[in-house]
Amino acid sequence: MTRNWLGVLGVHLALVVYSLLALFPVLLVILNAFKDRLTIFSAPYALPNAQTFTLEGFRTLQSTANFPAYFLNSLIVTVGALALMILLSSMAAFALAEYSFRLNNLIGLYLSIGIMVPIRLGTVGILQLAKDLELVNTLWILILVYTAQGIPLAVFVLSSFMRQLPKDLKDAARIDGASEYRIYWLTLPLIRPAIGSVLAISMIPIWNDLWFPLILAPGEATKTVVLGASVFLGQFVNDYNAVLAALTLAIVPAVLLYFVFSQQLIRGITSGAVK
Amino acid sequence: MKRRPFPWHIVVFLAPAVFVYTLFMVYPLVGSLALSLQNKTQSGVEVFVGLQNYLALFTSENWAQPFWNAFWNNVEFFAYHMLIQNPVGLFLAVLLASRIRGAWLYRTVIFTPTILSVVIVGFAWKLILNPAWGISQGILDLLGLGHLNQPWLGLESTALPTLSLISVWQNIGIPMMLFLAALIRIPDELIEAARVDGAGAWTVFWRIQLPLILPTAGIVAVLTFVGNFNAFDLIYATQGALAGPNFASDILGTFFFRTFFGYQLQPGDPYMGATVAGVMLLIILSGVLVYLFAWQRRLQNIQF
Repeated sequence: MTRNWLGVLGVHLALVVYSLLALFPVLLVILNAFKDRLTIFSAPYALPNAQTFTLEGFRTLQSTANFPAYFLNSLIVTVGALALMILLSSMAAFALAEYSFRLNNLIGLYLSIGIMVPIRLGTVGILQLAKDLELVNTLWILILVYTAQGIPLAVFVLSSFMRQLPKDLKDAARIDGASEYRIYWLTLPLIRPAIGSVLAISMIPIWNDLWFPLILAPGEATKTVVLGASVFLGQFVNDYNAVLAALTLAIVPAVLLYFVFSQQLIRGITSGAVK
Repeated sequence: MKRRPFPWHIVVFLAPAVFVYTLFMVYPLVGSLALSLQNKTQSGVEVFVGLQNYLALFTSENWAQPFWNAFWNNVEFFAYHMLIQNPVGLFLAVLLASRIRGAWLYRTVIFTPTILSVVIVGFAWKLILNPAWGISQGILDLLGLGHLNQPWLGLESTALPTLSLISVWQNIGIPMMLFLAALIRIPDELIEAARVDGAGAWTVFWRIQLPLILPTAGIVAVLTFVGNFNAFDLIYATQGALAGPNFASDILGTFFFRTFFGYQLQPGDPYMGATVAGVMLLIILSGVLVYLFAWQRRLQNIQF
C-alpha cells in the first residue's frame, strides 16, 4: 500500500516540476513587465510593489506601435479565414459525402493532397499571384491563403463526419420538398462537434503565423499582432521595460482566452487529430 | 427514359472550395516548381534550364556550402524533437493517463506554451538566456552549476541545440495531447487484468500501452517531421534572417527566406528560392511517403 502512495506522490512531483518549467518564462515576463528597470535586473523574482511599480514600458509601446490596430488585424484575419474555410469546406464536404458522381474520389484525393504539403513552399508563387491580383498589403490575401491552407484538412474531417449522418433524415426532408441547398443547411447543426474540432485545430496556427504577414502584408496598416510584436521587439531589444510590456500584451489575452476555452479546445484538437 | 438533369448543385457545392484551394495553393506550388526549372540569361531572358538549379544548389561553390549547412542543421533540429520532445511528451501523457487527481489542470498548464506565438516564446527565452539579465546564471548558481553558464544563443556550438530545446519546450504539448488521447482509449479492463496478473507500471507500459498507441506514434513522428522541415518563425524571431552566429542556426526555412528575398548585399533570387522550396517539398513528401507505406504497412503486419 505504501508503495502505491509513493508512486502517486512521485507522479504529482514530476507533473508539478514540468508545469513550473512550462509556466516559468511566461510568469517571469509578466511579473517584470510592471517593474522599473532597476528592479527588473536587481530582483527579477520580486513582485512589483508601490515603489517599483511602473507602466513605463506600456507607455513606450503606446507611443511607438499601434497594438490595438494590430489586434484588430489579427482578429479580422483569423475570424475571416476560419469563417470562409468552414463555409467552403462544409459545402465541399457535403457534396463529397452526399452524392455519388464520377469525379467524387478524384476530387476528394485532389483536395486531400494539401493535408501534408505545407503551403509555405508555394510562397514564391503566392507572392507573384498576390502582386498580379494587387492584393499585397491587404488583409484579404492573408484570409485567402489561410483559407486555402485549411481547406484540405477541413474537408477531410467534415466529410468523414458527414458520411456517418443517418440517411433517413435527409430523405425525409427531400420528400417534404426541401432543395439540396436547404438540406445542406439543415445538416450543419448536426456536425457541430466536427466543426468545433476543425476550428480548434486551425485557429492557433493562423493567429500565430509570422511567415505570411511578413511576406504578404508587412505594411503598417495590415500588421498582425505577431508581426507587429516581432518588429517592435527587434527595434527595442535593449529596452527591457518596453520589450517585457510588448510580450505581456501578446501573452495575456491569449492565455486568458485559452484558460476559458481550454476544455473545448483540447477536446477539439484531440478528437479531430485522432480521426 | 428521361435523362436526369445535370446536377448543378454538386458544382455549386464543390466549386468555391476547389477554386480557392487551386488558385491559392496548388497553382502557386506548381508555378514555384516550374520556376525552379528556369533561370535568367545574362540578357535577362527567362530560359528553361532543366535540373541545373538543383545541381547548382547541391554542388556549386556558392550554393552547396550554405545549403548543406542548413540541411544538416535541420536534421539535427529534427533529431532533438524526435529524441526529446516525443519521448518526454509520451512520458507526460502516461503520467496524466494514470487517473491522477488534477490531471486536467496539469494538462492545461503544460499545453500553455503551445498556444503562444513562436515569436513571443522565442523572445521570452532570448531575454531569459541573455547574460545581461542574468536569469540563467542565477538558476545555474542555485544548482551549483554556475560555472557552466554561457551565452547559449550567441555561441556557434550551442545556438542550434538551445533553439531546438526552446522549440521542444514549446511544442511538447502536441505529442502529449495526441498520446494522451490514444492512451485514454485503451480499455481499462486490459490494464486491470495485467495488474491482477502482477504486472507493474513498467510492464504495463511496454507490453500493453506502447503497442496499442503505435499508430499515434507514427502520426506524431510524421507531424514532427513536416513541422520541423518547414520551421522558420523561431529562428527568424530570435536570431534574425541571418540565423546567427555565423549561420550556426540556419535551417531550410531561413535559408529559403534569404535565398528568395536576399540579405545584406546579396539580391534575392526567385529561381533559386523556388529551387530551395522544391527541395523542401521533396524532403517533406518523401517523409510522408515513408510514413504512409513503410510504417502503415508494418503496423498491418503486426496486427494480422
